[in-house]
Amino acid sequence: MNLLLVGTSHRVAPVELRERVALDLEQCSELAREVAAVTGEAVCLSTCNRTELYLAGDGLQEAVEQAVAALADRSGADLRPVLYRLEDEAAAIHLFRVAAGLDSMVPGEGEILGQVRDAFEAGATGPLLDRLFSQALHAGKKVRTETAIAESPASVSSAAAALAEQVFGDLSGCRVLLVGAGKIGELAARNLVSRGAVIAAVANRSLDKAQELAGGFGGRAVSLDDIPGELVRVDVVLTSTSSPGQLLSRADVAGALPGRKGRPLFFIDIAVPRDLDPAIHELDGCYLYDIDDLESVVAQSLAGRRREAGRAEEIVLDEAERFRAWQASRDVAPAIASLRALAEEIRESELERARTRLERLSEAERRAVEAVTSRIVDKLLHVPTVKMKEAAAGADGAVYADALRHLFGLGDDAASGRHPRQ
Amino acid sequence: MAELLFWPALLAYGEAAVAYAGNARNPGRAGRLATWGVRLGWLLQTGLLAVQAERSDGFPWDTWAGSLNLFVWLVVTAYLFWGCRTRYRLLGLAVMPPAAVLLLAAGLGGATSTHTGGVYSSTFLVLHVGLVLAAFAGFTLAAGLAVLYLWQERRLKHRRAGAVLGRVPSLITLDTLEARVVAFAVPALTGGIVAGFVRLRSHGGSVDALMGVTLATWAIFTGYLVLRHGLGWRGRRAAYLVLAGFALVVVARLGLPLTHFA
Repeated sequence: MNLLLVGTSHRVAPVELRERVALDLEQCSELAREVAAVTGEAVCLSTCNRTELYLAGDGLQEAVEQAVAALADRSGADLRPVLYRLEDEAAAIHLFRVAAGLDSMVPGEGEILGQVRDAFEAGATGPLLDRLFSQALHAGKKVRTETAIAESPASVSSAAAALAEQVFGDLSGCRVLLVGAGKIGELAARNLVSRGAVIAAVANRSLDKAQELAGGFGGRAVSLDDIPGELVRVDVVLTSTSSPGQLLSRADVAGALPGRKGRPLFFIDIAVPRDLDPAIHELDGCYLYDIDDLESVVAQSLAGRRREAGRAEEIVLDEAERFRAWQASRDVAPAIASLRALAEEIRESELERARTRLERLSEAERRAVEAVTSRIVDKLLHVPTVKMKEAAAGADGAVYADALRHLFGLGDDAASGRHPRQ
Repeated sequence: MAELLFWPALLAYGEAAVAYAGNARNPGRAGRLATWGVRLGWLLQTGLLAVQAERSDGFPWDTWAGSLNLFVWLVVTAYLFWGCRTRYRLLGLAVMPPAAVLLLAAGLGGATSTHTGGVYSSTFLVLHVGLVLAAFAGFTLAAGLAVLYLWQERRLKHRRAGAVLGRVPSLITLDTLEARVVAFAVPALTGGIVAGFVRLRSHGGSVDALMGVTLATWAIFTGYLVLRHGLGWRGRRAAYLVLAGFALVVVARLGLPLTHFA
C-alpha cells in the first residue's frame, strides 16, 4: 500500500458532526505536516462537506491512528462509524471524483476545485501526492471543459443571473433596479453584481432601508411610486418585497417600452406573493421569471448535470488509469536505472582491465572501442527496458522489477528520490 | 486541377455540416472538428477560385453555377469572419449544410470548368456580380443569426432550462451582430445595383423581374437599418424583417438562371 485516504463526508456524516471536524486551511496545513513527519507525505482537504486526509509513504497505519485521534479530540466524538478508508487506486479515483465535483452535493459545483488546489498547496507533498493532486486538478478542469456539468445554474440566484446573461451577454454595466430591501433580494442582487452588473437603484416602502442598501451598492434610493419611471433607465428589475399586491402591471411596463428604443427588459420576481403582473412576460422584449420558473430551471439544470456526470465519470476513470500507469512505472524505473548502472560499471571495469592491451591503439581507435562497447550495452538492454516499461503500463510492473533485481542482484533503491516537498 | 480542389472542399464542408450536427447533440470535440472542416474547406475553395481566376480570360464566375460557387465562398468567408467561434457553433449548423448543398449544386452545374470569354466586361462583373453576391452572402449570414435569435428568444419566452446552458450567444449579441452584418451588406448591394444601372443606361435595356426583386431586397434591408436606428426596431421584429429580406435573396438566387442565363 502506497497511498491511503481516511476521511468523512456529507455522504456518511451529518452536518452536526462534519462541522466539528472541519478545519481551516492553516489547521489543515498543521495536521498535514504532523502526519507527514511519520509517513513522508500528507495532504488534508477540509470543506463544509468533507474532511479527508491523504497519506503516502511509510508507516501509514500509525499515521492514520494519530490523525484520527487528533480529529476525535477536536470533535469530542467517536468518528470511527463515519470514517471511510480507501487505498491506492480507490483513493486516487475518489480524489479525482472530488476534484471533478462528482462527489459534491450539487454535481459539478466549481468551488471544490479551488479547495483541492488550496489543500494541495498547504500540504506536505512528495512525488506521489504531488502527482496525485496535480492529476486530480487536471481531471477536474478537464471535466469542466469537456462536459457541460458546470454550465447550468444550481441555485435560484445563479439561475436568475444566468438567464440575464442569456439576454444581455456580459452583465458588465447592466443596470439593475432592486425592489425590496430584504435579505433574499440582496443575495440575488449580489450574484448579479459579482457578474459585473450595477445596482442603479433600490426601491422600498421604507426609504431609510432603501438608502441603507443602495449606499452599500453605490446606487440611489427611490420610492415604490418611482418604479415605472425607472424602467426606462434599467435593464434588470429584481423584486422581492412582502407586498400583498402587484407592484407593476403590464400597462406600467408597456408604457415604459417606447422610451427603451427596443432594448430588452428582464424581470426577476422572487417574491411570494408575486410582485409583478405575469402578463409582463407577453410583451415584446420583456422576460419575466418568478420563483417557480427559476426553481424549475434549477431542477432541470440539475437533472442535466446528473446526465453529464456519466461523461465526467469516464474522464475520471481515464485519468485514474493514467495515474495507475505512472505509479506502476515508478516501480520499474529504479530497477531499470540500477540495471543500466550495473552494465555501465561492468563495461568500464572490463575496459580498465584491458587497458594495457589497448595502449598500443591510437586515440581514434580507443574511442572506437569505447563507442562499440557502449553500443553493445545499449542494444542488449534496449529490449528488456522496453519490455519493463510495457509491463509497468500493465499491472505487473512491481513483479517484473522484483524479478530484475533478483536476477541481476540489484540493490533495492526503489524508494530513492521520494523525499517530501515540505 | 479545379476538380482536385472542388471535391475535397465539398468533402470538408460536408464534414463540417455533419460535425456541427454532432456538436448540437454533444458539444465538444465535434465542434472543433467542424471548425477545422470549415477552415480547410474554405482554403480549398479559395484555391479553386484562384485557379479559375488565373486560367480565365475574363470574369470566371459569370455562369449560374460559377456565381453559385462564388456565392458559397462569400457566405463561408462571412461566417469565418464573424461566426466561427465556440459560442456561434449553432450558427454553423444553419450555414454549413446549405453551403455544402449549394456547392454540390454548383459543382454538378459545371462550376469547376474554366470559363473563357463572356458577354459582360470583367470590370462590370467584378463590380456588379461581386458586390451583389457579397451583399447576398452577408444577408444569408444575417438570416442565420436571425433564426438563432428567434430560436433562443422562444426558449427564453417558454422558460426552458436549455436557454441557460450557455451554448448560444446572448440575444443582444445576436441582434447586434445581425445589424452589423446588414450594415456591411447594404452598401455592397447599393454599389452592385448602381453598377448594374450604369451598364443598363449605357448599353440600353429594361428593368426585369430579377432587378425588381433585388431592388425590393435593397429596400427591405435599408428599411431595416433606418427603422433600427430611427425607431429602435430591434429583437424579434428586426429578425423577422431580416428573414423577409432573405426570402427575396432566395427568390433572386433562384430567379437568376431564368433571367440572366436562360
